[in-house]
This record gives sequence, structure tokens and C-alpha cells, in this order.
Amino acid sequence: MAAVHGDAHGHEHDDHHPSGIMRWITTTNHKDIGTMYLWFSFAMFLVGGTLAMGIRAELFQPGIQILEPELFNQFTTLHGLIMVFGAIMPAFVGFANWQVPLMIGAPDMAFARMNNWSFWLLPVAATLLVSSFFVPGGAAAGGWTFYPPLSTQGGLGVDLMIFSVHILGASSIMGSINIITTILNMRAPGMTLMKMPMFVWTWLITAYLLVLVMPVLAGVVTMLLTDRHFGTSFFNAAGGGDPVMFQHIFWFFGHPEVYIMILPSFGIVSEVIPTFSRKPLFGYSSMVYATASIAILSCVVWAHHMFTAGMPTVGQLFFMYATMLIAVPTGVKVFNWTATMWRGSMSFETPMLFAIGFIFLFVIGGFSGVICAIVPIDIQVQDTYYVIAHFHYVLVSGSLFALFAGAYYWIPKWTGRMYNETLGKWHFWLSMFFFNLTFFVQHFLGLAGMPRRIPDYNLQFADFNMISSIGAFGFGLTQLLFLYIMISCIRSGEKAPQMPWDGATTLEWTHLPTPAPYHSFEKPPIVK
Amino acid sequence: MRSKSAATLAGVSALALYSSMAVGSKYNLPEPQSVIAQDIYDQHIVLMWICLVIFIGVFGVMFYSVLKHRKSLGYKAANFHHSTTVEIIWTVIPCLILVVMAWPATKTVIAMKDTSSPDITIKATGYQWMWGYDYLQGEGEGISFFSKLSTPRAQIENKAPKGENYLLEVDNHVVVPVGKKVRVILTANDVLHAWWVPALGVKQDAIPGFIRDTWFTADKPGIYRGQCAELCGKDHGYMPIVVEVMDADEYSKWVAAKSSAVKTSMHLENK
Repeated sequence: MAAVHGDAHGHEHDDHHPSGIMRWITTTNHKDIGTMYLWFSFAMFLVGGTLAMGIRAELFQPGIQILEPELFNQFTTLHGLIMVFGAIMPAFVGFANWQVPLMIGAPDMAFARMNNWSFWLLPVAATLLVSSFFVPGGAAAGGWTFYPPLSTQGGLGVDLMIFSVHILGASSIMGSINIITTILNMRAPGMTLMKMPMFVWTWLITAYLLVLVMPVLAGVVTMLLTDRHFGTSFFNAAGGGDPVMFQHIFWFFGHPEVYIMILPSFGIVSEVIPTFSRKPLFGYSSMVYATASIAILSCVVWAHHMFTAGMPTVGQLFFMYATMLIAVPTGVKVFNWTATMWRGSMSFETPMLFAIGFIFLFVIGGFSGVICAIVPIDIQVQDTYYVIAHFHYVLVSGSLFALFAGAYYWIPKWTGRMYNETLGKWHFWLSMFFFNLTFFVQHFLGLAGMPRRIPDYNLQFADFNMISSIGAFGFGLTQLLFLYIMISCIRSGEKAPQMPWDGATTLEWTHLPTPAPYHSFEKPPIVK
Repeated sequence: MRSKSAATLAGVSALALYSSMAVGSKYNLPEPQSVIAQDIYDQHIVLMWICLVIFIGVFGVMFYSVLKHRKSLGYKAANFHHSTTVEIIWTVIPCLILVVMAWPATKTVIAMKDTSSPDITIKATGYQWMWGYDYLQGEGEGISFFSKLSTPRAQIENKAPKGENYLLEVDNHVVVPVGKKVRVILTANDVLHAWWVPALGVKQDAIPGFIRDTWFTADKPGIYRGQCAELCGKDHGYMPIVVEVMDADEYSKWVAAKSSAVKTSMHLENK
């Protein structure tokens, strides 16, 4: 191990690269690009979060106060699009850029120049999306799922959104091809597929899902574009098309997309839990198979988003059974994490807290997912606040909490500095409290009959909406604490020890100095 | 040990009490008014209990471990990392639980889809932003009207106090007789809408250019309120649905009054 360190230090003199802004524009270094992905996604997270604050402020009380209904719809639409495509997905790609080469012992990503381009497409797409608020007619207002015919009605904002989605899709496809190629070709000698860290496995499977479904999304938005401007009638019944066909194509992308946003979280949590339990991951191979099963099943369940659109009985039953089946591999994962913790020697630093918080709340989201899968119950809760609560439990306390866990876990390796543990714990407990304050009550709102995407509501929903809004403001402010913790860590954090987490076993901890040098693993390590 | 199990028992019963209170409150599904809505309500309760038991089981184990297997308590880590038997068990048991969940759901799905031989058929058409109703078949055939939000603008703009049925009131109710099978045929004029009355257990998208259908049989007379459940633009939040269920006699009177009103208006139009 010592020899490897010496080797890595010896190469630090070769770190020639432009400085200042040109370093970031021209970089092909996976660490620089990973950093840019992470900052970009955090900036988008703040933009999307600001929109969420607007939504919750309007819903604080019944009646119309600050957002007129049309603007309210623009806020909900852009909140969804920005959080999904601008915040969560790029954040995971950022983690992949930083961690995949470090964890498989590769010097960089396979296509370093393409990597640069996949990142730099993102700010362009984000600019199109955010600037659409300021064009005549405002931003797209048909929901993040932009169902036609409503989205055929919108103005220039819808076109900007379509182009933005095209560009984001291109970026995702390039990113995922890069990740697949890197993982399949650049693993250190001795690292067979079944020896890869779980994070790498989950990203390999996620990347395949991305390559499969992003072109479908590109196709469906293009069809929408030609319907809007070039006289086609794919989704217009008057011209022989079918609005429901849009939903089928969209959700063929959209459902795997849900797993694209959760599988890498499973990966991060599967790294963090064993490290802080000081015990190997329980059931590694069943974890791999469970991840693959989830990915495969995710491609045959899309129409569960459309139970109220009307489909044949057999169709409803098939999609109900297939959806319920996903609970099995997901359950296996939760049981494996529990078994990993069982009789471990646990400590509870911030990454571990977020990982346990993830499991706890993700399971609640999983349960509400099973309840939504039951067609008769879904008929009641579809398009209500119950569904909002469900997918925020899997996306916020799922994906986002896992991202926080990963950020606290790897920041010492990235920067060579430690974050403030006390503040990190505050960040966790405040997030936990305010998240549940915001979203738990939304289950009840949905059951009681409050539809989603409405700017105003009956008085019977008033008390829980107010609680939810207070929670949302608290959750939003808490994330500024995260920004402060990260900035003060990078600027003036205590120097991190070589091995900040004594239970870590992956290559970036065992074979590289802390912080990881600009160029790492120029000579591949040997994995036994 | 004894005090511990007593504490656990107290905790579980407090939780059960709390959840049964939640079940009875207005924050559960509304009180069911049709066979299908009742099925949905019951299945939801059963599922909640199943989920609660699994949740307590899994997190009971996890939090026991979190409390006991700590480095700070000097607990030394074991080194096991797989067990095929255990892994097979916890794959098979969830499958069995899912079968238990799916069985009653399947029966309800089949019942929900059976729109055959209705007593009355009503076509509901979604417009931006109101509903149109046409009574196509059965008693009341020929009746046709629009149904719009009747909440005054001033209440929405906070210039007047909001009433009990704020945003859930319309000018013309959809009137149906109690105990009769009502088939609702749905379509839309412009964009997608969805016709949803929670107490009757009915939600169906209305799709422009296409026909979909659903059905309900109301158990009791009363007024049941719902809303459009598919984003349909600016005033999506302002197109409620109000179904008024009447006794057979009252329904006949309503039909007679409505039909003569229709005839009068046609008479006037013809002049």
C-alpha cells in the first residue's frame, strides 16, 4: 500500500493544466468534470427548490395569494423538470465521474473529451429551460409529464422545454455510454465484474437503462414538436392520432427513469452502510441480481401511471402484478442492508445517518408505491397529493438523501478536508424533521381527496397544507446549511486523515492518498 | 425484561390507537358510498396494516441493531456476508404477501371494468373548464346541461369569506337515482380531463376524440363532491363535479321538471 502511495505522489509534478476559467472549460479530467456536475446540479437544486418554495407559499392558505393559476402551473412544471433533469440526474453523473474511475482503478473515463462535452451541454439546456419563464406566454405549464393535447396548446415556452429536453437527453446518453465503456474496459487487473463495488454495479445497470430509454424520450418530444409546428397528428385524435399513445411512449421512458434516479442511490448506500458497520455487505451477489431484476422489471410496468386512462382489464391486471413484483427485489435490498448492519460495529457519522434515514424513509415510499400499484386503490389516489407524497419519499428522502450521504462520505477523499461533523448531524436531523413535516401529511391530503397541480383548495385541506408549507420552508432553508458546510469544508476544513473511515474497503480509500491526486491510477492497482 | 415487553406492548397499542383514530378522521379516504368504493376502502385498510406490521418488523430489527451493535459500546463486528437459505426465505415470503394483496384487488378490478347492462347512461364531456352532461339512456334520456363552478370570484380572491363547499360547488348537479347502476361515458372537447368522485370510487380520464366508460351504483341519497383530476390548464382547480343521489320518486320529479324545461327552451328556440 505504501508503495502505491509513493507512486501516486511521484506523479503529482505532471499535473499541468490551464488555470482559471480555462481549466474548467477545457478540462478532460474526470475529477474536474465530476466537480462541475456536482456544482451544476446543486445550483439547479436551488433553482428547483426556489420554485417549490413558491408553490408551497401559494398553497400556504386557501385562495389565490401570490401565484396566479397559470404561473402556478409553470412553477410546478419547471420544478419537476429542473429537479429530475437538472438536479438529481446530473448529481449522480457527477458521482459516477468522480467515483467510477477511482473505484475500479482506472486513470480517467474512457472518452475524456466527450465527457467534457456531455457536461457543457447541461448549462445550455438549463439556460433554455429557466429562460422560458421570460418569453411571451411564459414557461411550459403542462406538468413535467407534458401530456398533449395540453402541451400542444402552450406557447414558445413549450418549444424551449422540448429543445432543452433534447439537449439534456443527448448529454445523458453520452454520459452513460462513457460510463458503460469505462466500467467494461478499464477495470484494474483482477477486478472481475463480481468484485466491483456495488456503486459501480448500480451505475453500470443505470447506464444501460439510460441508453435504452433516453432515445425514447427524445423521440416522443420530437413527435410533440412536429405535432405543434409541422402539421403531424401523432397525438391529435382529429388527425387520426391518439393522446394516450403519448402517455405510453412517455412512461416507457418515464418509469425506467424513476429507477435511473434510485439505483445509483442504492449503490451509494451499499457503500456507506458496510463502511460504518465495519462489516462486508451482506448478500453481494443477491444485491447485483436484485438491481438487475429491478432494472428489467422497470421496463414492463410503465402503464401503472395510466390506470385511469382506461385500458383493458387484462392490461390493468398485468401492469398491477408486474409493478407489485418490483417490491420483491427492493425488499431483498432492504433486508440485505439490515443484515449488513446486524452485529456490525456501527458508528453514526453524517453519511451513515443519511444512509439509515434513506432506508427508513425509502421503505415508507416503497410501501406507498405498493399501495399505488393496487389498481382499485390507485383509482382513488392517482393524481392526488398521495402520489406527490409517494414520489417525494422515494426521490427526496430516497435519491437526495443518498446523494447527501455520498457527498459527506467522499468529500474527504475529494478535498483532503473534513466537513464539520456537528453541523453535518444538524443538517441530517433538520432535513429529517422538515422533510417528514412537509410530505407525511400529504398522504392524508391525497386520501381525503385533494388533487395535485391545483393552486387553490377546499377549506377541509387547509390545516395540513399549512403544516406542509411550513415544513417545506424549513427543508429549503436547511439545504443552505448543507451549502455552508460544503463551502467551509472545502475552504477551511480540518485536514482529513489518510483513512477517515476505518471501515472503508474500496480502492479509492485503500490505494490512493487523501486527497486523491489530480491524476490517479496511472498504473493500475492489482486487485486480488 | 418484563418491563421492556410491557413498554413494547404499550407502544404498539398506542400506535394502533393512533392509527385507528387516523382511520376514522377526515384524513382517510372519504366514507364509501358504493360497493366499489367500499372494496377500495377495505383493501386500503388491510394493506396499511400489512405494511405497518412489516415496517415494525424490519425496523424493529434494524433499530435493535442500531442500539446494541455500536462501536461506542465496544461491540466487535461479526464477519458473515451471505446465507443462501435466509436470502431465499426473504424472497419467497414477500411473494406470498403480494399474492394475498393481489387476490382481492383482482376481483375488484374485474368488477370495476364491468360496465354492462346499466340502468342509466350519462355522457360526461370535459371542457376547459367545466363539465357537460348528456343523459343518453334510461329514465331522464334527453336531459342535457353544463355544470360550472359556482363559487363566487370574490371568495377565490379573498375578498369574501369562503363557504363550506368552497371550490366544490357547481350550478347544475349531476342527478342520479339511488341503487341504480349508472354508466358514465367520458370524452373531452379540448384536452385531457378526469372525472373523479371519491365517495363513489370512480375516476376515469376524459380523452378528446375517444370514449371511455366507468360505472357506479350509489348506496344512499346525498350529495357527493369531486374534482377534475387531470391537469387541464389554467383553471384545472376550478372544475368540480357534484353528484346528487335522489330517491326514485324525487329523481322522477327532477326528470319531469328538467324535461319540461328542455321542451320549453326548445320551443322558445324554434320560435
